[in-house]
Amino acid sequence: MTAALVVAAEETVGEKPARRARAGVFARRPGFLLASLYVAFVVAVAFRPALFTGQDPYATDPAAAMRAPSAAHLFGTDIYGRDLWSRVLHGSPLTIKATLIALVIALIAGLGLGIVSGFFGGLTDSLLMRVIDVLLAIPGLLLALSIVTALGYGTIPVAVAVGVGIVPGFARTTRAEVLRVKTLPYVEAARAGGASWTRVLLRHILPNSWGPVAVLAVLDAGVAIIAIASLSFLGFGAAPPAAEWGTLIADGRNYLVTAWWLSLLPGLFVALLVLSLNHIAKTFQEVTP
Amino acid sequence: MSLVEISGLNVGYVRHRHIQPAVTGLDLTVGQGEVVAIVGESGSGKTTTGNALIGLLPSNGRITAGSILVDGVQTARANERTLRRLRGSTIGLIPQDPMVGLNPTKRIGAQIAEAVKLRGIGGPAVPRQVLDHLAQAGVPEPELRARQYPHELSGGLRQRVLIAIALAGRPKLIIADEPTSALDVTVQKRILDHLGGLVREQGISLLIITHDLAVAADRADRVVVMRQGRKVDEGDPATILTAPREGYTRQLIAAAPRLAHHGQLQAHFDVRDEPAPDPILTLTGVGKTFAVDDPRRGRRGFNALEDVSVTVPRGRTHALVGESGCGKTTTLRIALGLESATTGSVVLDGTEISGLSWRGMRPLRRKAQLVHQDPFATLDPKFTVRQSVTEPLVSFRIGDRRSREARARDLLDQVALPAAYLDRLPAELSGGQRQRVAIARALALEPRLLLLDEPVSALDVLVQEQILRLLADLQQRLGLSYLFVSHDLSVVAEIAHTVSVMNAGRVVEQGPVAQVFSDPRSTYTRELIDAVPGRRAAA
Repeated sequence: MTAALVVAAEETVGEKPARRARAGVFARRPGFLLASLYVAFVVAVAFRPALFTGQDPYATDPAAAMRAPSAAHLFGTDIYGRDLWSRVLHGSPLTIKATLIALVIALIAGLGLGIVSGFFGGLTDSLLMRVIDVLLAIPGLLLALSIVTALGYGTIPVAVAVGVGIVPGFARTTRAEVLRVKTLPYVEAARAGGASWTRVLLRHILPNSWGPVAVLAVLDAGVAIIAIASLSFLGFGAAPPAAEWGTLIADGRNYLVTAWWLSLLPGLFVALLVLSLNHIAKTFQEVTP
Repeated sequence: MSLVEISGLNVGYVRHRHIQPAVTGLDLTVGQGEVVAIVGESGSGKTTTGNALIGLLPSNGRITAGSILVDGVQTARANERTLRRLRGSTIGLIPQDPMVGLNPTKRIGAQIAEAVKLRGIGGPAVPRQVLDHLAQAGVPEPELRARQYPHELSGGLRQRVLIAIALAGRPKLIIADEPTSALDVTVQKRILDHLGGLVREQGISLLIITHDLAVAADRADRVVVMRQGRKVDEGDPATILTAPREGYTRQLIAAAPRLAHHGQLQAHFDVRDEPAPDPILTLTGVGKTFAVDDPRRGRRGFNALEDVSVTVPRGRTHALVGESGCGKTTTLRIALGLESATTGSVVLDGTEISGLSWRGMRPLRRKAQLVHQDPFATLDPKFTVRQSVTEPLVSFRIGDRRSREARARDLLDQVALPAAYLDRLPAELSGGQRQRVAIARALALEPRLLLLDEPVSALDVLVQEQILRLLADLQQRLGLSYLFVSHDLSVVAEIAHTVSVMNAGRVVEQGPVAQVFSDPRSTYTRELIDAVPGRRAAA
């Protein structure tokens, strides 16, 4: 037996713990690090905006109207002399919270539909996928506009409006992954070992199929943010004087020549967030096998 | 002067800014019209050598020292233009996998014409030459085949088309990288015979890269054995086989059953004169019909199995052999209740299981377990070895945490893995180790019968031998019975007591291995036995 043990140990490959190696891969990408820090910053802002700015977003100061960016006003001031930086920060809670809720909705509904569809197949699969097809056929923003018009404005309605739009992608991706994993020998081995379908689903299929779905979630967070900003840009946003990313950009449009920062800086703030999310998603995709 | 002269070649792969050597200090020559075989396990550097020769190393491959002269041209560190002039016209390559080696969107004829045109031939001469090459490569009905797409051809035919493409450039050297390992033995034999004949006729040099010493010894004028990037042995096949200088070569010979027994397929167990123990598994008249959607004739049945009767005696190994598509895996799945039989009966340990529901079948799962072919897909990549091995116990709610842990250690000990491996993920194990874990998992419920679906065919020869020894050892200690599915007759000769030879869904011959292999009654069995490489060792 000892001799056999030695032989078995000899054929070892890849002794290095894979998890540590993977963490190292992330650390060696400065772009990924920067993107993550920025996203973490924006999320922190969304929950405690007052921590990052001492200025009141609603305090007007006619004497200091339309000031260019400076040390006192990072993003400059708007036509009523309100601090734009503070308005951008205070405008983030609704967008970020609605995005997070939309993702949760899309994840739960999408994963559920995808798993049921891929797992049971046959008629169930055909019916569910046709419903998804119909959803896919309607442009996302149009769907969101109709839902917001019907439900009124607020964090939850916006989250539902955007979440429903990104469900089909999740459902489709999950279904494809479940179909792939379902036929693998280890699933069959678990079945042969007496495992019930519930157990196989929860312990084997779900953990091995959610990787691409996670990447999609990060990617769709960017899509959701753009969608929410678009909604408020089009006027489906919070009523003045409340600030929001889309309304801030829309309000500054009339002053692009005289006060470029009014539209441009909030716009860049949002663009950078979406780019960061895309970069994070891309890195995940590259690193996970 | 030799056609290929490799001297002091070092090749490495860049990983994390370090160069990991793959080939070290290799010297190799291939003469005009000579057939040379490089033999080695995976990771021995044999494919790297072939790729370096033709300048097709992956982007992280680096030639760090040495020179490669092909027909007087230096290809080590040569630029793309020099290499392109050599490829096709001086060196032809036959890739490993015929299933992915052809462009699926182009007709066969067009793909061969590409190689013909590279020689500077144009106009009406091209189609004629294409047909010539197809015929040379042994493709029947070349006119028809030239108009077909790759998916319309079988694996063996596709390999012949790849050979035709390699020949179409009129090369001086052909590199064949595992040219037939994806094919059945009988097809493999026909293709290798044909290729061997062609190169001798046309005076082409051939470099065969293979993991199978028996194939190499049968075909080559000279055999080069590689291990961990170094050449460990070289010589003509007769010398290598009868008087190997290196311990490693001796190990390889010992692991190839037919070579070890001087070209004979010798059964390890002879049970001709012993009474058979009572059966643990009996399949009687089993048939299986799959519904196939045929666009022309609508839905119809496809008979995967017809009247198959197989018996596995207690404490023995019964093998099912045959080429791919003969129904051996379907038989095994029916025996395990993963697939239901259309007709016939399956009796497992005294209980009829055909027609049983999943729930009814469940208690019987403890008596029979399954080991899959592909060690890379048989373990859940997210499960540690501990989780994988104890999963059947958890499914059947056997024992508590502590007793399961003890059982897991016990099981790893049975398959000769150290207990420290319990916390590893499959990605941290080699192919052989994964297969050991899969066997340990199958043993967890203390089954009486193991169903093994090609358990060693994805492994290197030496690892294969270790797993076979482990299986034989477990059988003796635990009194297990095996139903062993394999396409490899030499493996079957090593492990099985009795055998059923299957062809096109039917059993064509059945009996003790010692009898069937030494005195085959059916021509099909004889054909299979003849195709097993390693005949030269008889000389």
